Amino acid sequence: MVEQLAPMLVHGEIWTVKDLFVLPNEYVYWAIQIVLYPYMTGLVAGAFVLSSLYHVFGVEKLKEIARFALVFSFALLPVAMLPLLLHLMQPLRGINVLMTPHFTSAISAFGIVFMTYACIVAAEIWFVYREFIVFSIHRLSAKNDRSVYEGILLRIYKLISLGAMDTSEKALGADHKAVKFLAGLGIPVASFLHGYAGFIFGSVKANALWMTPLMPVIFICSAVVSGIALCIVCYYLFMGLRKWAARRGKNYFLPDGIAHGSSVVDYDHLRSVQEHEVKMTSKYLLIFMTLALTLEALDMIFRGYTAVKSWDILRNVLFEHDYVNIFILQYGIGNILPFIMLLIPGVTVRRAVLASILVLFGVFMMRWNVVIGGQAFSLTFNGFMHYHMPIIPHDIETFKEGLGGALLVAVSPFVIFYFLNMIFPAFLVDKEEAHH
Amino acid sequence: MKRRDFLKSTAVFVSGAVVSMSALELLDPGEVLAQNPELRWGFLVDTLKCVGCGMCVKACKIENDIPLDANVTRTWVERYVITKDGKVNADTPKGALNGFTSKLIDQNASGMKEIPDEDITQAFFVPKLCNQCSTPVCVQVCPVGATYQTADGVVLVDRTWCIGCGYCIMGCPYGVRFFHPVAKVADKCTFCYHRISNGGNSACAQACPFGARQIGNLRDPNDPVAKAVLNQRVGVLRAEYGTKPNVYYIGLSKEVH
Amino acid sequence: MKGHVWRPLYVVIGLVACILIFRMFYVPSDFGIQERGYTFGFHRLSNEQEWKEFPAKYKGAAYCAECHTENSESIVNSGHGIISCEDCHGAAFNHPEDPEKLSIDRSRDLCLRCHFELYMPSSQRNDLPGIDPKTHNAGIECVECHNPHNPSLEDM
Repeated sequence: MVEQLAPMLVHGEIWTVKDLFVLPNEYVYWAIQIVLYPYMTGLVAGAFVLSSLYHVFGVEKLKEIARFALVFSFALLPVAMLPLLLHLMQPLRGINVLMTPHFTSAISAFGIVFMTYACIVAAEIWFVYREFIVFSIHRLSAKNDRSVYEGILLRIYKLISLGAMDTSEKALGADHKAVKFLAGLGIPVASFLHGYAGFIFGSVKANALWMTPLMPVIFICSAVVSGIALCIVCYYLFMGLRKWAARRGKNYFLPDGIAHGSSVVDYDHLRSVQEHEVKMTSKYLLIFMTLALTLEALDMIFRGYTAVKSWDILRNVLFEHDYVNIFILQYGIGNILPFIMLLIPGVTVRRAVLASILVLFGVFMMRWNVVIGGQAFSLTFNGFMHYHMPIIPHDIETFKEGLGGALLVAVSPFVIFYFLNMIFPAFLVDKEEAHH
Repeated sequence: MKRRDFLKSTAVFVSGAVVSMSALELLDPGEVLAQNPELRWGFLVDTLKCVGCGMCVKACKIENDIPLDANVTRTWVERYVITKDGKVNADTPKGALNGFTSKLIDQNASGMKEIPDEDITQAFFVPKLCNQCSTPVCVQVCPVGATYQTADGVVLVDRTWCIGCGYCIMGCPYGVRFFHPVAKVADKCTFCYHRISNGGNSACAQACPFGARQIGNLRDPNDPVAKAVLNQRVGVLRAEYGTKPNVYYIGLSKEVH
Repeated sequence: MKGHVWRPLYVVIGLVACILIFRMFYVPSDFGIQERGYTFGFHRLSNEQEWKEFPAKYKGAAYCAECHTENSESIVNSGHGIISCEDCHGAAFNHPEDPEKLSIDRSRDLCLRCHFELYMPSSQRNDLPGIDPKTHNAGIECVECHNPHNPSLEDM
C-alpha cells in the first residue's frame, strides 16, 4: 500500500523549496535567526572596537561617540543571545553549552566567550560611570522628594556601586587605568566573539561555500564595519530625536533625565551632533570596509581560479541564482556605493549617515548570502534549495524563524538601550562624568 | 597589606593551577588514543543488486519510529539514469519510501522529467545511510557532547542532551542527519544499534530481499562484510573529506557524490 | 592599585563559582570522556545502554516460520522466497500477543515496488519481470491471479 498520509511538516520544510536533485533530509535548517546572530554579535564587536579607539588609542575626537558605543554595545549583548534562543529546537537546554562545552566545536565557544565579553564590558562601564554613580547616590540620597523611579534608581546605584565610594583623584586615576586595560583586553575578546562565528562557517568542510580559512577574518572585518556604521547612524538619530523631544518637552524620550535630574536635560544643554565625531568615525569605517571588501574579493577570485569539484554549482549559485543578492544588493548598494559616498571630498554628516545605513544593509546581505547562500545548493551538487522567509506566522515555528522573530531581534537592542540609558546616561558630558 | 597581597596571589595561583590541571585531565593522551576493539561495525552496499523496491526505507522508518508521513528518513535510495549525451538524471521521491513506481524523474520544483528508454545508457540505484565515519565530523562539531561515537564505531545522539542547534546536520557531508519531527532533536541512522547489539540484523538489511545491504564486523576476518572489503574493489562516498566512512559500495559509479 | 579596582573581579569570580556549583547538580555524573576520547567520545555514558534497549519491531522470517510453517515452506521454493515476511505483512511487533493479526496488503502498489517496469540497464532491476500498471489489468488486484507465495503463473 502506498503511504499517502497527510504530511507532517518537518523543521525547515515550510520555508524550503527544493529544485532538481536534493537529498531527502536537506532543508534550509539555518534560516533568518542564524543570519541575524552573526549580524548582532558583529554589531556588538564593532561598537566595542569603536569605543576602544577612544579609550585605548586616545583618539580624542571620538570621545562622545565612544561612550555611546560602549553603552550601546552592552545593550546589544543580550540581544546577541536572542537569535540563538529563537533558533534552537530545545532552547531550554541552551545552557548545556556552558555546562558541558565540547571545545572541538566552534559553537561551544559561545558560552565562555560571551560571558567573558559581558564581564569585560560590564566592568568597563562600571569604571567609566563609577564617579557618576557615586555622585548620583549623593544627589539622590540628599533629595527628600524622591519619585518612585528615583527611589528605584537610588537602590540600583547603591547595589552596583559595590561600596566603592572613593572619588579622590587617586581613585579616579585608578578607574581610568582600569578602563584602558579593559578596553584593550576587550578588543581581542570582541574579535574572538565574532571571529568564532566566522570559524563556525569556515570550518564546515561539508559546505563548499562556507569552507575557507578566510571566513573568520572576513567576519571580523565586516563586523567592525557594521558596528561602526550602526553607531554613526544611531548616534545621529538619537541626538536628533533627543533635541526634537527636548524642544517639545517629551521627556519619555529622554530617559536619562531621571539619572541627571531633569533640569540638566533640555534643549539648550543638548549638544548638536558633533560633526567631527561622525566624520572621524567615517574614516575608520572606510579603513575596515576596504579590508572586508579585499578579503571577500580574494575568496571569490581563489574559488574561481582553482575551480574545484564544487565550482560548477557554486558558480551557478553566485552568478545566477543569487546574482542580485550578491552583486547588486551586497557589493553594489551595500559596499561600493557607500565607499564612493565616503571617499568623495567634503563629507557631510548627512552623507556619512546615509552611507552608514547602506553599509548596515550591505553587511546584513553579506550574512544572508553566506548563511542562506551556503544552503542554496544541494550536497548532490545537482540541485538547489530556495529559502522563503515566513512573513505571516501561523505557528510558533514560523514566528521564531520568520519576520516576527527577526523584528523582535531588531527592536530589542533599542528597548534595552532605552532602559539602560536611564542608569548609564550615554549622551551628556558633565564635568562629573569626565575623568580624564 | 603584605598579608593581603600574599592571600591574593595564593588565591590566583591556586585557581590558575586548578584550571590548568583540570584541562590536563580533559586532554589526557591515554584516553584520547582510541583502543582497537574487536568489534567495529561496517556496512556493505551492493548497488548491482539493488532494485529500488524501497522496502529498506519503509522497514527503517517503522523500526525506528520515524513517522511515515514526515519527509525525513534515516536511509534512502537514489535512482540514477544516465543518458547518451552524458547527462545525469537522479531522483529520490520521498527517499524511495514507496519504491520507484514511475519512469518519470522527480525533479521537485522543476517537475517530472520524462526520459525515453532509447536514450538511457546506464541506470542504477544507490542506497545510502549513515557512514558511521571513523572521524565523524558531526561528533566533532557538537557543542554540548550530545552526539558521540561508541567504542564499536556507531555514532549516536543523546536525546536528553541535544539542544537542537543543527550544527551536526550542517556538518555532515552525506546529508544523513535531520531533526526528528517528534523528539525535536537531531537524529540519524544508528545501524539499528538496538538490534545489532543484541545479536540481530539491522532492519534495512533484513528487509532487503536481494541482499544489497549487509552489516558486519570489520575487525572479524571471517565476517562476510570484512572479507568483501578486503578482497573486492569497493568504493566509499566523499573520501576527500577525510571522514573515513565505514559504508562500502560495490559498483559505485563516478556520478554518485 | 587602589583596592576598589578589584571589586568587579570579585563579582565575576562569585558568578563563576555559582555556575560551577549549579553545574554539579545539573550535569549527570556519568557525563565524561569515554573510549573514543574527547573529540569523539564526550557524552553521557548511560545513553549507550538506553539505545541498546530501544524496542525492536521486526522479528525476522525465522520467527514467523516457528508457527506459520506452511506459509513459510510454500514461499521458499518460489521466486518470492527471498522476500522477508514482514516486508509485505508489516512488522511483527509483539505478535501474536499484540497485534493479534498482521495485515495482508493486497494493493497493487506493493507489488509495483519491484514489478513496475523500469528500464534500468546495469541494475538487477532489469532482470525482474515488470509490467506497466496502466495496461496490465488496470484496477484489478494483482493477487486475483498471482499467489504472492507462489507468483509464477507457469508453475501453477
